[in-house]
Amino acid sequence: MGVEVLAISTNSHFAHKIWQEVELSKMVEGGVPYPLLSDAGGRVGEVYGVYDENSGVDIRGRFIIDPDFVIRASEILTAEVGRNVSELIRQVQAFQHVVKTGEVTPSGWRPGKKTLKPGPALAGKVWKEWKPEEAFE
Amino acid sequence: MPEVPAGCATPSPGPIISEDEQPEPTQTQVKKEVPMVQARVGKPAPDFELTAFIGEGFKNVRLSDYKGKWIVVCFYPGDFTFV
Repeated sequence: MGVEVLAISTNSHFAHKIWQEVELSKMVEGGVPYPLLSDAGGRVGEVYGVYDENSGVDIRGRFIIDPDFVIRASEILTAEVGRNVSELIRQVQAFQHVVKTGEVTPSGWRPGKKTLKPGPALAGKVWKEWKPEEAFE
Repeated sequence: MPEVPAGCATPSPGPIISEDEQPEPTQTQVKKEVPMVQARVGKPAPDFELTAFIGEGFKNVRLSDYKGKWIVVCFYPGDFTFV
């Protein structure tokens, strides 16, 4: 897929190092393969709308940025619920497909499933081409 | 980016705001100001530079260094937390 991942929290880079050494490396061999960035003070988190002043941390925000440096998608959760990585991968695949082909991907699209080609011929005729059940297949 | 000296509390640049996005001088006196740039879907990603632990060392990482690639930026509440 060719995606660069950056992980950011308000912890120091020193804490990141120790976390990688004592815990992450026990979950992923060799530790996680992406940089762990320190947003001490939450200034970057504030710009991205994820800094929570009450707890003083950046909550669980995730942003997909395309090669033109445009934000394509975001998801922000409070701390208690973890992400769905499969959905993140699906969204990246869908955006990459859209950029490459100019097609659009209906709800629930995954690689290999039907896409739609936008244009005058399709307006008002989507019901012929795509059924809501397909979103759950 | 060069290696970051492992000093205590070394500040990293943080959000990178261009000249024309800087707040007016009068606004800088407001103690708690809303950042001038806000991340929004469909808009250019606000750039930043932060100190990172990467591989074996500490380096400053700038988001725009990755321009031209697909990027996923993940904020998370904290090292050693649970989910």
